[in-house]
Amino acid sequence: MMAPFFKFGLFGENIGLVVAFLVGIGFGFFLERAGFNSARKLAAQFYFTDLTVFKVMFTAIVTAMLGVYWLSVLGVVDLSLVYLTPTFLVPQIVGGLVLGVGFVVGGYCPGTACVGIATGRIDAFVLFVGIFAGVWGFSELYPLVSGFYNATDMGQLTLPQVTGLPYGLLVFVVVLMALGGFYGAEWVEKKMAAGKKAEA
Amino acid sequence: MDAKPAQPYWNPYVAGIGLGLVLLASFVIMGRGLGASGAVASTITAGLNAVAPAHVAGNPAFAEYLKEGTSPLKDWLVFEVLGVFVGGFLSGMLAHRVTKTVEKGPNITVSRRLVFAFIGGVLMGVGAKLARGCTSGQALTGGALLNAGSWAFMLMVFAGAYGFAYFMRRQWQ
Repeated sequence: MMAPFFKFGLFGENIGLVVAFLVGIGFGFFLERAGFNSARKLAAQFYFTDLTVFKVMFTAIVTAMLGVYWLSVLGVVDLSLVYLTPTFLVPQIVGGLVLGVGFVVGGYCPGTACVGIATGRIDAFVLFVGIFAGVWGFSELYPLVSGFYNATDMGQLTLPQVTGLPYGLLVFVVVLMALGGFYGAEWVEKKMAAGKKAEA
Repeated sequence: MDAKPAQPYWNPYVAGIGLGLVLLASFVIMGRGLGASGAVASTITAGLNAVAPAHVAGNPAFAEYLKEGTSPLKDWLVFEVLGVFVGGFLSGMLAHRVTKTVEKGPNITVSRRLVFAFIGGVLMGVGAKLARGCTSGQALTGGALLNAGSWAFMLMVFAGAYGFAYFMRRQWQ
């Protein structure tokens, strides 16, 4: 057991910031490669014409999930040292809905907006200014909404804990769901493309 | 800006594996995942703290981003997001995709599109604060860690976007 390296003290905070910058470069690079600098491509997900968002997101989730799971089984990574955002179920459900509406209204999410700005998209820049306004406004009003924000605190909670099923089995289920989803996504895209042709 | 024609995007599964490996590397090296919206809060806190430190100290929504003895900008997510800009620009430049433009459907004016972009951004900022993360920090990172709240969040993002897509169809189609 020697990973996460940072948690085992292999390097300090300042090197950590260099790692952050490099990880960010990789993140931005692949987001742009996927086409996530384009709001039209992102928004097409919600009209079933281009399901790249789903495909990229779930391929990434499955890749990282399988990697970290097997590295923990093999004793390389101590999974308990990988930070897990605590679950506050109701605010996270409401936050997800609000962010989802914002996604189809604005066309980017925060990470993809950065990539949009980097490739010259003016709408991505305007959206990013909007994010600043939203975060600032929320923070100013925080004393009024802190009750709701801190409601349904369930601590660090994983799906294996919720369902009582073994971690490995859930990993397998997510992989199956993703593969089924990819198959469905390809089918839907073909159907939509055929429909468009018939219209024209 | 770029004379050569833009290259097509990568196969989504290939790009997804690349993204997943970056996320995995972050887990293994740092013991944490990716993020984006948190850097915005750090930046706002840094700015406000320079002009109104008492205001920042009095509100936990800002104060949690303060760092002892150094700027709130000396933060992991801030450096990561700076990298996202650089990585996105590098990829776009190599593929001739850096163009000054506004992304929109053919049936909406530029100014209306920008108004929607701003409103979408505000909603996104509020949603990310409420949910303690956005598509990067919650859906992607928490999804790969089988985080219960992240999966609930992710399903709701898709529900919200699909549920509201009908009202936005003129902007995109």
